[in-house]
Formats: sequence, structure tokens, C-alpha cells
Amino acid sequence: MSRSGNSDPRRKISRETVAKYRKVDPVVFEPISQDFSPRSRTALDTDLSPYSGEWSETQAAHLIKRTLFGVRKSELDYFSGLTMNQAVDEIVVPSVFPGPPINNYEIPDSGIFDPDVTSGNTWVEAPYNGEIEGPRIQSLKGWMVDNILKQETTIQQKMTLFWHNLLVTQFFEVFVAKASYKYYKMLYDNAFGNFKELIKKLTLDPAMLFFLNGTFNNKEAPDENYARELQELFCIGKGPNAGFTEGDVQEAAKVLTGWVISAENFESHGELNSVFYDPWHDTSNKQFSSFYGNRVITGRGGSAGMEETDELLDMIFENNETALYLSRRLYNFFVYHKIDEATEANVIAPMAEIFRANDYEILPVLRALFKSEHFYDAANIGAVIKNPADHLLGLWRTLEIDTSDLDIHDSLLKNVSLIWSMTELGMEFGDPPSVAGWQAYYQEPTYDKFWINTDTVTKRAVRQDSLIFPTWGHWVHQDLQINADLLAFIETLNNPGNPNDLIDECSLLFHGIQLSEEVKTGFKSILLSGQSDDFYWTDAWALYQLNKSNEENRGIVENRLVQFFQPFLQLGEFQLM
Amino acid sequence: MKRRTFLRHTAHAMAVPGVLGSMGFSFPKGNSMATLLRRAAESDKVLVMIFLEGGNDGLNTVIPLNHLSELNNVRPHVFLEEDELLSLQQSEVAFHPALSDLRDLFDEGKLQVVQNVGYPEQNYSHFRSTDIWMSASDSHQVISSGWAGRHLEEEFPGFPDAYPNDDMKDPLSVEIGFGTSLLFQGVAASMSMTLNSVNSFYQLVDNEEQPAPSTQAGDQLRYIRLIAKQSQLFGERVVEVAQKVNNHVNYPSNNYLADQLRVVSKLIAGGSGTPLYMVRLGGFDTHDSQVEANNHARGEHADLLTLLNDAIHAFMRDMEFHGIEDKVLGMTFSEFGRRIISNASLGTDHGAAAPMFFFGNAVKGGVVGKNPVIDNHMTYDDNLDWEYDFRQLYGSVLEQWFGLNDTERSNALFKNFETVEIIGESSILPLGREVSARNLFVYPNPLNGLATIRFKSQNSTVSIELIDLNGRKIQDIYKGTPLAETNTISWNTEQLRRGRYFVILRSEAKNEVFGVVK
Repeated sequence: MSRSGNSDPRRKISRETVAKYRKVDPVVFEPISQDFSPRSRTALDTDLSPYSGEWSETQAAHLIKRTLFGVRKSELDYFSGLTMNQAVDEIVVPSVFPGPPINNYEIPDSGIFDPDVTSGNTWVEAPYNGEIEGPRIQSLKGWMVDNILKQETTIQQKMTLFWHNLLVTQFFEVFVAKASYKYYKMLYDNAFGNFKELIKKLTLDPAMLFFLNGTFNNKEAPDENYARELQELFCIGKGPNAGFTEGDVQEAAKVLTGWVISAENFESHGELNSVFYDPWHDTSNKQFSSFYGNRVITGRGGSAGMEETDELLDMIFENNETALYLSRRLYNFFVYHKIDEATEANVIAPMAEIFRANDYEILPVLRALFKSEHFYDAANIGAVIKNPADHLLGLWRTLEIDTSDLDIHDSLLKNVSLIWSMTELGMEFGDPPSVAGWQAYYQEPTYDKFWINTDTVTKRAVRQDSLIFPTWGHWVHQDLQINADLLAFIETLNNPGNPNDLIDECSLLFHGIQLSEEVKTGFKSILLSGQSDDFYWTDAWALYQLNKSNEENRGIVENRLVQFFQPFLQLGEFQLM
Repeated sequence: MKRRTFLRHTAHAMAVPGVLGSMGFSFPKGNSMATLLRRAAESDKVLVMIFLEGGNDGLNTVIPLNHLSELNNVRPHVFLEEDELLSLQQSEVAFHPALSDLRDLFDEGKLQVVQNVGYPEQNYSHFRSTDIWMSASDSHQVISSGWAGRHLEEEFPGFPDAYPNDDMKDPLSVEIGFGTSLLFQGVAASMSMTLNSVNSFYQLVDNEEQPAPSTQAGDQLRYIRLIAKQSQLFGERVVEVAQKVNNHVNYPSNNYLADQLRVVSKLIAGGSGTPLYMVRLGGFDTHDSQVEANNHARGEHADLLTLLNDAIHAFMRDMEFHGIEDKVLGMTFSEFGRRIISNASLGTDHGAAAPMFFFGNAVKGGVVGKNPVIDNHMTYDDNLDWEYDFRQLYGSVLEQWFGLNDTERSNALFKNFETVEIIGESSILPLGREVSARNLFVYPNPLNGLATIRFKSQNSTVSIELIDLNGRKIQDIYKGTPLAETNTISWNTEQLRRGRYFVILRSEAKNEVFGVVK
């Protein structure tokens, strides 16, 4: 057992190394500087009691958009056909683990060669290799994208992203791919388990021990970094009643001394682990403030020092703020950015109650939230600005873009192009801008409006347009541009031959709030090429259906769909969910 | 920016009065020649296309006077009585009674009729035929880009990434109507700025908001729209341009086409360099109720033509009011004409060839093409033959209005179509102007081998020189005392190096400048 000092990978990497893999500068968001005053004033009077109202496609689409990424027509049909309770019970469950990321980075002519992992096999336990860590991290991030594109109809992927945003490590900062994989797998496996268990695992997670310096925290030179974020960002938060002190941070840091990354398996095959190195542990008694009831954690020597960590977590989780904090973060991520007094009283407090009553089990709270009348309150429908993943990956899913025929290399390149596309929009998977996560989820008063600025709104439009225009395509490389098959897509609708139904069905899938009749009429005029009779579209569609290989019939329909979908997706309503 | 082709546009109207007026080439402070060129570009030529959606009945718009009795036989349900028709000067055709102002324009030589425009193997589907007209494809060819889009793509390479820039601040094309039409779709990108409606234009210019619900979601929506508006590539510029123009002649009310043309007028008069516009007037699909039973001069078609007539009339007057009537060319088109045989429901079914209108001070005027042939034995399946392929007219505009050579035209239209004379000589060398660069004209431009210089100067000694952008004389092209009013000389440009130049005509009275590029 020893500290991994000699193997600290951060000594081997430089900003240039990371720059080699990071193709896009992360977006720096500014808080809203313009005068923008909300007009919605009335507080919502709905609470966490079970929803018993209408269960139509509107509510089903709302549930799907908030828990999956985008909504596919088949999913909407399926879940709107169940009851609300059935739908939530089917969605709020874990998914089957998709299998680990693989060596898909030995792209011909790239010069990349992994001496330890053959192409197509997984690298997640391979020895650290500074030359290959970059490609492995790309593979990991691409895998995260792929998991979302191929997601089962459960909240698993979104929950994992929720935790990644709340319990942040940065892959490029850690720069040990197998550590970051282990971190992400840990989030995945514990996404629906017990919050306290999750925090315990996070505390000992090798990537986190790198990222927030835990592995450098020892009795001679305590490092408060993790001890601070554990309270300020992960558990207690900064709410009005979060009264932990600087002293609490220092004492918690002492409790955590001794946890280090094991050098074993770092440069050899195997999973990376952390160990408790008791000579580094501070054995003094730790005195906490009145916020924690003046608790003293008795210092212990030898391996018994580990027990202090459990005691620390017990203390934190006994505090009411922890349940409130997690409830607020869940609400902010899944429901709406702003929590007013009524919501705090009617929704947050009851969620926290459920957390405590169930010893911080996560599932009961999620079920209660997604079955609550507050969640289906009409005012909450469409009130979230899509994050880049909801926007881009959601669009790919909704448009049923099929890339299953790509080989592993093209598939990686496709995923990497999506990663950089989302990075340009402000969300770099694996590398949130700071330990606090993406600003959209914590920075008052801007919140999710952060996602939209003059640069990103244009880039969102370009990403959309590139899928829509047949001559354009989402750029992967010289020989691979990916388009939506609009004809195949609208075939999945109930009644694509009726322009009114087509617009209504699409609006439900793409838009957060419904369009006015005037706007719908405008869009119908595109499908009708300015004619006033619906049958012009109906006939054109029928003709195409009769003989799909007829290029003229196909062109007639396709030209109008391109002209239709481009502005349809450029409506502000498309940016909402 | 591909300056070479861009310059060609500027060259026709290239007038830099007062700048090169003295021999000393003292440029106004802070102005480079390039800036002057750009300024010239801002006064460049404009094409406004009016799409008559639904298929306009050509036989009831431009009526062949030599076939009135046959028309009365084969289309009794919509036939217009001779005494109601508007006769045209020196012409074998008459106009629908609703087109009185267009008749006046015709008589003034400011409106030209091209008869029997269509294409081989007419398609009778609105959708398909619209696509054919917009894409300039053959009847059975499926093309997913528009002829105007391809033209703009060629003229403005790198759009949209490299735009707006100092050379082109304005949208390459503007269309009013929901969605982007195929017309302006380039091979790679859409080349137009689309204004969903006239209202959305004024909302943009007047900084008004679209309605949004007063809900949480409505707040988010308002914010996104605000940012989207701020991000519009050309939004700020359009606002700037439009705000310069506050006065217009009166436009008719309750006329959606007039509303649209007023927007176009605002942009042109405000100095926008946008060369292409498309506006729409829908409702021409008059299968029934095209005319009133008791009065064929009234009905849906008459109402539509009234809108067209009033809108074009107001637009032309507005152009004159702003002093930009020389640089605007208008064109009407429709996906097809209507059937010869009429329906008992007082309408007509989808047809084939139909007339097009070109209007503006620059047009040659008169009627081009023969009267359509109608006989008494026509059956329901008979249609009017095309005499001019619609792509010939596009080609003519590109050639005579925008100065494209054969190769460039066929890049936009896929083939080289024989052109038709649309633009009058007067627009190139207008008579009776005191100070005008149009006294001097050089073509082809860009220069290519042997060039022709046409200039007007009679009985006085003139010299023609070539200078570069720094004012250095490169070549003496001509010196003499021509006797004719209009003179033509040949100029060999083989040896000239690539670059931008000015051809200067010096005389005692004045100096004329014409920008050229090689």
C-alpha cells in the first residue's frame, strides 16, 4: 500500500495534450445582461399529491421529454396508451447496462495504436498509457452519447447526466480514462439507489480523489477541496439554512485524510481502486459546529480511521438540509428552474420528507415527483429550455436518425462530432465547466436561459438545418454526412396525409408549447405550396405512398417537408420542453 | 467574396461623380476606391419576382383579340366581352379589365408581355410544376435547389459562413412568406432571408414582440425569441436600412401583395444591396367561381388581378418617388396557366403555357411572342403550347439585367437557353442625361480577350484611358474626335494583368468612369 505519488498522471499531461483532443473551445456563458422581466406572476398552487387529471398525449409527451432525451412517436403512442401510474412506473426504473466502451479509436491513418487493447475490445481495465488516454476518453465520451441515442425508455440516462452535473469530475482534468469510466459507471449503477451510498462511493472514487485532491489530503497538509464541495455542492448546498462553517470544512477534511488512490493497477491491467493509508490519517478528534449539533467525531488510528468517514456522512445525512438540497436540485433539473416559496413548501419539503422517510432511497422521491399534480401543472409544461443534449440528441432521436450501419470507427467519429457540436452549444459531456456543474442548473437568476445566447442560438439552428437539408447533412467527415430521412420520419405519424394532423403531431413531438392557429395555418401553407385545399398535400402524399420509387412524387413531398421542417424547428417553441 | 463577379454587378451602374471629376484624383478623405465600389454596389440592380400561386389564367389576363369568337365558343363560362377589355397601343392583345394601371404602364413602355411561357411536357400538379419553375429543372428532372439560389451561390461563395461582410452587408435575397422556398435554395445552403409575414418585418423593424403566453413557458419563449432576433445574421442591417425610409406613396389597403411590395420598397430605397426579392399572391387556383355568373369581369380572378394591378402600380410610383425606378425590374410568374376549355362551375382547370409580365423603367416594352392559337374544335385535353421556355426568360434576366455570360447562366440554369430581349437599350445607355456614367460602357466585364467600349460623345476631342486603383495610367486606349453620337471601339485586353481598373473617358465637358475587372 502506498500513495500513488510517482504515478500521478497529472504530472504527465499538459494543456497541450488536452488541446490535442479538445477540438472546440468551451463556451463561456455570461449571465443575462439585458432587461428581461418575466410576466408569469402567479404562484402555482399544485403540490406533490398524486395527479389525477387528464392523461393525454400532452402529459405523456411532457413526462417523456423530461425523463428521456427528445420523444419518439412510438414512445408517445406507447406511454399515452398506459395510465399515468403505469407510465411513470415503467420509465422510472434502471436500464440494462449497455456494456463498456471499446477500442474504436484505431482509425486507419490516424496513427493511433493501443498496445494493450485490441480493436473492438474494451479498454476500461487497461494499463494507463499517456499516449492513448486521449483516444480512450473520446471513446468514453462517445459511448455516453451513444448510450443516449440508443437509450431504453427509462430515466436511466437522464438520471446519470443529472448526477454527472451534480457530482462533477472533469475527464480531461483527471486524464485517466479508466478512472473516469469507473466514475461514470458508479453514477450509472447508483443512479436509483441510495443517495448516501452514492456519496460514500463518490468520496472514495479514484477520479474524484484526483479531481478534488483527496489523494493529496493528509494529516501534515490537509487539503480541504473535497471536504468543502462535499458540503457546499454535493449535500448541503448554499441555501438560506445551510449553516456549515469554515471550521466544519476543515474538520471534515481531517476526517477524510488517508484516502488515496492505489498505485496498484494503475500501470497494469485491472480496475483502479482507492485505499485507506492510515499513516496519513489525522487521528485527532474532530469538532463540528452547532449546525451539526456540535458533534465530535472521535479520532481513530489504524484502519479504524476509515469508520470516521461513515460517521461524517451519517452526520451530513442527518441534517435536514441534505434532503432539501437534493430535492431542490432534482426539481431544478427535471421540473423548473425557479423555486418560489409556494414550491418550497408544497413540493420541496414533501420531497425531502420522502427522502428521509426512506433513508435517502432515490426511487420513491422520483416516483412521487413524476406522479405529482405539480409536475403536470400546465404551467410547468414547456417551461424548460432544452440543454444541448436534449436539443441535439433529442432531435436525433425524435427524427429517428439511424446510424446502426456505421462501423465502429465511423460510429466513434459520429459520436465525437456530436460531442463537439454540444460543446459548441455549451455542454461538453465529461467536462462540465467547473466542479459546480453547468451554470444553467445553479446560477441565479439566469438558470437555463444560459443555454441561449446569440452564438448558441445560431449554432443550434445550424445543427438543425444540417439534418434537414438533403444536400447538407451533419458533418462527420469528408465521406460521411448524416441526414434525417424526413419521409421515413413522417411515415411514423398517425396521419401524415392530413396536413393538420401532421402539424399537430409534429408540434407535440418537437415543441414545448403548442402553436397558435395562425402559425399553424402559416406552416400548412408550406405543405400546400400556398394552395388552400388540404387535398393537395393529401394527394401528393398518397401518390408518393403508391410508388415510392418515383422520383418526381418523392421530390414533391420531400421538397415541401424540407421547407416545412426548417422553420418549424427554428421556432422558439422548439427550444422548449 | 468573389470580387470578380461581384464587381460585374457594380460595373453597370458604376458612377463616381465628383470623385474622379478632376484630373488630380483627389479622393474624399477616408474613402478608398474599394469603398466607392461598395457604395456603387449599394445602388445595384434589383429583381422583384411576384409569384402568382395556384396557376393564373393567362387567357383571361392577356386576351388574344384575334380569337375572341373561338374563346367565346370554348370557354363560355369565363369569357370576357370585348367591350370590357382594355386595349393596348399597337397590339393584338388586350388586358383583363382589372389591369388598367398595368395597361398604362404598357402604353408607357414600362411593362412588357411575354406570351406563351411554359416548358416541354407540362406537369399539371401545382407542387411539381412549382418546383419545376423554382428549380428550373426539366419536366422529369428532380432538382432540390433553386435557380436563384444557385445563381447567388455562385456570386457569393462561402455563404453563409463568410457573411455578412464589408462587401455584402445585406441578405442575398429576401422572400416574404412562410418558410424558405425552393427558389432560393442553393446546393449547400439557403440563400434567402425569410420574413414569415409582413407583420414579422414590422415587428423586427419596430422592435415589437410576437405574442407569447403569460406563463413560465411564455417567459422562456420570449427570451429565446429575443436572442434569436438579436442573432439574425442580417436582422440588424435590415432594421437599419428599413428605418431610413419613412415616407412612401400611398399603398392600397387590404392588399397583401401591396403590403409585401411596400416592404421590398423600404429595403431597396433604404440602400439594401439585396439583389433578389420574391413576394407572393395566392389564390389563383380558380377551378370554380373564377368569374361571377352575371358579370364575367368580376369574381375571384378579377379580385386577384385588381390586387396585382393596384400593388404594382403603387410600387412603381413608390420607386419613382424614391428615385430608384431605374434599378428595379419586376417579373410575374405562375406555375402554369389554365385550361382552354372552361368549367360549368365558372372556373378553369390546370393548364399549361401562360404570359409573363416584366415591368420597370428598364424593360424594352411591348409584346413578345405570338398570340396563342384557339380554334372552335378544342377539347378538354387541349392546352396552350409553349413558345418560350420559362428558363429562356430567367436567362434573359440574368444576361441583360445582371450581366451574366453564357457559362455563368448555364451554371444557374444547367443549360444555355436562347435569350429574349427584355431589357431596353435605354437602360444601358439612357438618353438625355447630363451627368451619367452610362455615357460609357465596357463589355464584357469581367474583361476577357477582346472588349468593346461604347461611349457617347460627338464632335469633341476625347481620350479613353485605363487607370489602376492607385490612379496610375496603365494604357491609352483611344484618342480622337468621333463624329457619331454613339461610338464603339474594340479594345484588346489579352495583355492586361488580372485586377481592378477604371476606364476613363475624358472630354472637355466631363470625365466618365467605368469600373472593370480582369
